[in-house]
Amino acid sequence: MLKKYPLSTFVFLLIIWIVLYSNLVAFADWVVSMLPVHSDSHLGEALAFFIYDAPKVLLLLSGVVFFMGIINTWFTPERTRALLAGRSLGLANILAASLGVVTPFCSCSAVPLFIGFVQAGVPLGVTFSFLIAAPMVNEIALTLLFGLFGWKIAMLYLVLGLMVAIFGGLVLGRLHLEKYLEQWVQDIPKKQISFQVEATSFSQRIDAGYLAVKEILGNVWIYILLGISVGAFIHGYVPANFMASFMGKDAWWSVPLAVIFGIPMYSSAAGIIPVVQALLAKGAALGTSLAFMMSVVALSLPEMIILRNVLSVKLIGLFIGIVATGILFVGLIFNIVL
Amino acid sequence: MINIKVLGGGCNNCKVTYKLIEDIAREQGKRVELEKVEGFQKIMSYDVMSTPCVVIDEVVVHRGGVPSRYQVENWFKEM
Repeated sequence: MLKKYPLSTFVFLLIIWIVLYSNLVAFADWVVSMLPVHSDSHLGEALAFFIYDAPKVLLLLSGVVFFMGIINTWFTPERTRALLAGRSLGLANILAASLGVVTPFCSCSAVPLFIGFVQAGVPLGVTFSFLIAAPMVNEIALTLLFGLFGWKIAMLYLVLGLMVAIFGGLVLGRLHLEKYLEQWVQDIPKKQISFQVEATSFSQRIDAGYLAVKEILGNVWIYILLGISVGAFIHGYVPANFMASFMGKDAWWSVPLAVIFGIPMYSSAAGIIPVVQALLAKGAALGTSLAFMMSVVALSLPEMIILRNVLSVKLIGLFIGIVATGILFVGLIFNIVL
Repeated sequence: MINIKVLGGGCNNCKVTYKLIEDIAREQGKRVELEKVEGFQKIMSYDVMSTPCVVIDEVVVHRGGVPSRYQVENWFKEM
């Protein structure tokens, strides 16, 4: 059916999705009322958080990932590279960071992508803008933020994440770090990139949407459920305002600490955002929470190990330092302004 | 014998891709030589920018993601 009638299958699934989504709250109300525990108890509060948020996030995510899977068919890495090749620092960093949001990316593709860019003469600073934005600002992070915090925070994260990527790339570009690439990368001959659009039919694009849902949700659902479980535990068992004393607005030192702790930690955005939402509900400041989240998602030990294949230790250190500084500013400014 | 290579740094998607091809080859009783290529210098020699990729007899037939079952079956049909 899927192969024969792509459009009608799509409309059919869309209707099911809308019906499910518009009945989520009623469904969760019903399940919570059936629970054998009192809704004011610790366990009751924890379960309610889980029951309201887990289906909502999973459903939202499957919708958005499907849609982005289709959008992504227009933004292959090859096309992105062709768009960025031969540009100089500045506007190209803005373009690179924005393309990082819509180009499909997984951290194990970081090396082929990096080399592909360098080979085509994309400046190092522009490549870094892309490399900072791609894992940090993506549809998964934005959907979870929208689902759990609302559109304002999601937009804020998008804009601030792009700023960190743009400025981080600009600074790294100014430092002229080409000599700190691994030798074999420096030796790769530069070449002229020609890019031809491969014909893609409508049904192939729809297929890409289904595949994206299968692949991405297949990878992240466990993180989401884990994240929401930890969040649910915090909601139910951690006393209100508990976080205020050490992650609150007045504790300025908590922002650098949050960034430093976040660097080696690795979680997909899907796992960390429900936890951050729970921390926020218990009195943590928004700037501190956002900084922690960005640091966990943007910088991680596994990605650095992969990048070590192409970058020297010194360049990785600079990369971490500059991105962490950017995130630190975001957190501090937020806590002061809000 | 047909040579199939799965290019990728060794992440989950690469493993899933490898296993999918292995399973379908076994189901259809095709005799193929299946290889994993994990070194980045080797991967880059195929001029690809996203992984996992599938290379059949030195021709890149797929890149940037786990292929669908339907796609893999189509490759085998043409052999």
